[in-house]
Amino acid sequence: MFLRMLVRAAVLRRGRALSALFAMVVAAAVTTAMLNLYVDVQAKLRREFRNYGANIVVVGRDGASLPADALSHVESVLAGRGLVAPFALVVARTGNGQAVVVAGADFDRVRQLDTWWSVSRWPSAPQQALIGVRALSAVSPNHQPFDLSFQGHTIHLMPAGTVQTGAAEDSRVYLSLADFVSWTGVQPSTIEVAAAGSTQEITAILQQLGQAMPAAEVRPVRQIMEGEARVLGKTRATLLSAAALIILTAALCVLATLMGWVFDRRRDFAIMKALGASDRLLNGFFAAEAAALGATGAVIGFVFGIAIAAWIGRVNFHAPVAPRFSVLPFVLAGSMVVTLLSAILPISMLRRVQPAVILRGE
Amino acid sequence: MFARLVYESFRRQKRRKLLAGAAITLGVTVATAMIGVATDIGDKINRELRTIGANLLVTPQEDTLDVEIGGVNLKPPSDGAFLNEVDLPKIEGTFWHNNITGFAPMLPVNVTLQHDDVTENLTLLGTYFAKQISFGKEVFTTGVRSTHSWWKVSGTWPDDGSRDVLLGEKLATRLSAKAGDEVTVLGRQMHVSGILSTGGGEDDQIVAPIALAQEILGKPGAVRRVYVSALTKPEDAFARRDPRSMSGAVYDRWYCSPYPQSIAFQLQEAIPHSHAEQIRQVAQNEGVVLTRIEGLIILITLAALLASALAVSAAMATAVFERRAEIGLMKALGAGKFAVASVFFAEATLLALIGGLAGFAFGELLARQIGHAIFNSRITIPPVLLPAILGVAVIITFAGSAAAIRKAVGLDPVFALRGEL
Repeated sequence: MFLRMLVRAAVLRRGRALSALFAMVVAAAVTTAMLNLYVDVQAKLRREFRNYGANIVVVGRDGASLPADALSHVESVLAGRGLVAPFALVVARTGNGQAVVVAGADFDRVRQLDTWWSVSRWPSAPQQALIGVRALSAVSPNHQPFDLSFQGHTIHLMPAGTVQTGAAEDSRVYLSLADFVSWTGVQPSTIEVAAAGSTQEITAILQQLGQAMPAAEVRPVRQIMEGEARVLGKTRATLLSAAALIILTAALCVLATLMGWVFDRRRDFAIMKALGASDRLLNGFFAAEAAALGATGAVIGFVFGIAIAAWIGRVNFHAPVAPRFSVLPFVLAGSMVVTLLSAILPISMLRRVQPAVILRGE
Repeated sequence: MFARLVYESFRRQKRRKLLAGAAITLGVTVATAMIGVATDIGDKINRELRTIGANLLVTPQEDTLDVEIGGVNLKPPSDGAFLNEVDLPKIEGTFWHNNITGFAPMLPVNVTLQHDDVTENLTLLGTYFAKQISFGKEVFTTGVRSTHSWWKVSGTWPDDGSRDVLLGEKLATRLSAKAGDEVTVLGRQMHVSGILSTGGGEDDQIVAPIALAQEILGKPGAVRRVYVSALTKPEDAFARRDPRSMSGAVYDRWYCSPYPQSIAFQLQEAIPHSHAEQIRQVAQNEGVVLTRIEGLIILITLAALLASALAVSAAMATAVFERRAEIGLMKALGAGKFAVASVFFAEATLLALIGGLAGFAFGELLARQIGHAIFNSRITIPPVLLPAILGVAVIITFAGSAAAIRKAVGLDPVFALRGEL
């Protein structure tokens, strides 16, 4: 009987029930989407910040070379959570005796790590060099092959392309690490690390790197870390206040719609009461109805919300926002609370009124 | 009669009007605040991104190659060209000077330092800390404290006119020197006002007011390079075009957009014999981060607008639905559909205007609060937005009540008056 009353009430007044359900679905969808984004946006933005390149630098103490196994140490600590690129640097002389900084680098790694490098053509074969735009006139003004000498050893190089960064790289000449080591015998002295993860994870990586390589100096690139932390913090705070505003509005929208719906059915209420229904039964009936509506709306809304969040992720970050099912209990509980509240408020008002008064339409 | 109907309706049904009005006010408040945040977020985040450091670098046009490894300068100090410090205030005279948040000149000099019994060859870096500069009638303060905000000093920052210096953290550990000590640099006594920690090459250097570095080098007014921190617009294909190949109007549009390229171009114009370049690591990436955050907030603002539109519609629909008996009575007394509808729409308009005005005021307050709490600066909402927001409020209120009014007007007055359906 109780169940039948619930179902018939919803079926008979389809229009009003649907509009109440619609409000509930929209509110739950918006809430789900906001919570999902709020949880996920930090990871998404961190990924964007990794385009700034290294956030950790490992250097040999006082400019010395790093031990030969340094790179494998760094990679084992990182375990795939980021990118690594080793660099070796010396000051060499050009054919006419000018000093120039020459660097050995692993071009495949550099391409991934330092995405902002504007390179006309990456070297693809041995004995090819990537020349900084400012170094070009000193080294190879007419793109001709050139010689560099370091401590009596000379290397003959072909220019492959130019690199422009607007920073120190512009005055350097880059060779592949293999060419560099066989020419100078100098091992890499710097390893740039772009570690992915939260501040705590990166702090842990910093500590592990320091322990793994006591001979090296491991330091964070502070401006990148601080800038990232600030921007992420502010964005999250903005998102949080936006989420709070939106969820509040959605909840009030549901409250207004549902209260209207329940209030509208005061004749049903009066008839039930006149036929002898107890206060407890009436409360139970309306509460069950509200809870059912809240739960249905929350579940449907959750699905839509996940879809909205995924769509925003795709449009804005070019990566979907992973559905967070941990959000569901919150949305469900919140929906039930709002619907119950909007059922109980009008009922407690109506309870004090005589059924006859309501039935007379006053 | 019409006016009286509307007036009486407001006077007698205060509770219902208050509820509907409150819903509209709330909706407009949220919408206004979110629009305010969305329009300003780009500028606010741009300023936060300036923590990452300068995005433009000005160097002498005819400079020789830099020979620098790990913060150690191997280039002969008097080698190459210099910029003239006198030209620097002209940066504030460029078209986009309001977008330039600060600049810091640098002059590295190789020196020999003595402290107690230790002697060390190292680099002394001359710069501005927080120097007061005047250009025309304007006075502004600039230096590393604003452009290199990640530099931390334990002790006090030196005054730009003093002979106080900062010692890099690692250098200070090596010398076991501390703030308040005296060091001797090429026979000159200098007071260490603080220990500097940057996490970069400066940790092994001495950082001093630029006048001191110029004195040591024997070249008054010399500046090796200038770091400029500017608020820029994300670069697009148009930004990358060569200004020399542009015609008049296109050139003006390029020149008057705050792209990194056009600001660099203007810096080059302002400072004689200079070459300005964007620091790609900073300039290229901030565009991406900025676009993502702006996009996110705009999408969320859309969600907020949707939620507030629904809240307003729901409240209006409920308000009309509750008044079926009234509509029945009006119709029974001979009012046509049009007359009934126009009374309700007039009420809706009035409500929307009042609620919209109140909501706009609250929304502005809310946006200001958000700006203050999160970004520590003001978010202002342009008054131009008011008519737009009022218009939208009226439309949404109309749309929200339209369905309910149509249904109510279509009802048979007999049923409505008997309170059925």
